[in-house]
Amino acid sequence: MTSMTGYTADEMMTVTAARALADGMTCFVGIGLPSAAANLARATHAPHLVLIYESGTIGAKPDRLPLSIGDGILAQTADAVISVPEIFNYWLQPGRIDVGFLGAAQIDKHGNINSTIVGGDYARPQVRLPGAGGAPEIAASCTEVIVIVRQTPRTFVEKVDFITSVGYGAGPGDRERLGLRGRGPQRIITDLGVLTPDPRTCEFTMTALFPGVAAETVSQRTGWDVAIAAAPQAVPPPSPAELAALRDLRAASPGV
Amino acid sequence: MAEIVSLEEAIRSAVRDGDTVAMEGFTHLIPFAAGHEVIRQGRRDLTLIRMTPDLIYDQLIGAGCARKLVFSWGGNPGVGSLHRFRDAVEHGWPRPLEIEEHSHAGMANRYVAGAAGLPFAVLRGYNGTGLVSQTATIRQITCPFTGERLTAVAAVRPDVTVIHAQRADRDGNVQLWGITGVQKEAVLSAQRSVVTVEEIVATLDARPNAVVLPSWAVSYVARVPNGAHPSYALDYTVRDNDYYVAWDAIARDRETFGRWLDENVHHATAGSPA
Repeated sequence: MTSMTGYTADEMMTVTAARALADGMTCFVGIGLPSAAANLARATHAPHLVLIYESGTIGAKPDRLPLSIGDGILAQTADAVISVPEIFNYWLQPGRIDVGFLGAAQIDKHGNINSTIVGGDYARPQVRLPGAGGAPEIAASCTEVIVIVRQTPRTFVEKVDFITSVGYGAGPGDRERLGLRGRGPQRIITDLGVLTPDPRTCEFTMTALFPGVAAETVSQRTGWDVAIAAAPQAVPPPSPAELAALRDLRAASPGV
Repeated sequence: MAEIVSLEEAIRSAVRDGDTVAMEGFTHLIPFAAGHEVIRQGRRDLTLIRMTPDLIYDQLIGAGCARKLVFSWGGNPGVGSLHRFRDAVEHGWPRPLEIEEHSHAGMANRYVAGAAGLPFAVLRGYNGTGLVSQTATIRQITCPFTGERLTAVAAVRPDVTVIHAQRADRDGNVQLWGITGVQKEAVLSAQRSVVTVEEIVATLDARPNAVVLPSWAVSYVARVPNGAHPSYALDYTVRDNDYYVAWDAIARDRETFGRWLDENVHHATAGSPA
């Protein structure tokens, strides 16, 4: 995977997500790509990034990637360890957290996320997924949401089979009507580039591309007729320092 | 006052067929040994409550102990699906599994209401999600002071809550620390409770962030060293991450799972590590 460019698509995606986090922000982090990105940001340009995990650790400072949301290293390095009711009620719900990082099994053109079922009906689905976890309220209450997900036509669909977490609902005005206080998903970072919502329609548009990604590839790997910006921003490849920091984190974290 | 008994006796006394049972522990301090004892004792028709069903409920569901699951995230953390859970929902094997599905925020608040002796809790949540129309324990409510539309979730009131903690003293006062999740609320919302502990000590010295459950708020305490395995107890054991990875292949196939269950649960003795 690295032979042509010296880095993988996942590394490009993780580095891009890390760059989206400014120093001093508070960030609600899930395990997997979001955790890798947030820890990379903390190891590079954002040493004062506050990492919050839903297991109840605020200000965790792991020196390797945690293996689970409840990894002991999160509790041992945190500024505070609190209960699960407290993390949702006192910290997430009132809007104290700047950025929520989410993944998705399916995401639609309005940024609504499905992590519940695919196919069939709710009572007897073709595929039963893990479900909501913390995502619905993270999507509702963080000031902004960043979604990290690999771009495939199965994942990027016209309409999700189930709305687990609300993006922009059916379009403009829906978040306000539903009383959702955060601004909603501001970008979807994929292995091809970055999509951002059109301010008029709330439909996600491909506005930045990774090096070497053709517009045609974006269309092939999106399940709706996706708009691509006339002059998409070119995302710079990972710097040697970013790549080294990410690989150091991975090397310190066997099994992640 | 909590009775200090064996694991076998604690489960026999506390958990009956048809009970609503909560086993909590957010990645940390998951009461696996107690779950295996429930399987060994052959309990049936349980309504299982747990925010993150995890492997422990995959095992109970696959063993046919459960008729219903109340939950908010049912996966193998960092690995993938819970295959026994999926087989039950997708194909009704080994028996159909009714589900009652929430978000983490909703489940946490349901425990808080249960612990507080209230019929429901209020939160800003679920609006616009598909869960509202699928789950009867989620309702819209209007704030009597501001008119804001909020969400009410029904309290959970388990017959029994089971947790694992680092230690208890000889009077049965329980102490846990590190990531303590929703365990205090889960114990206080239940009629009866079972706490397995790594050790029983003469006195409980102070620990940062410790939760203490007084003996009179707990029904049974049983000493089960490594009773959270493959989860962990901070300052006592480490998480067995390889077990979580290996579970995927074991649980994927009904026969492989059946053999695993025979060898590691049915033919193991109470409290031995599986």
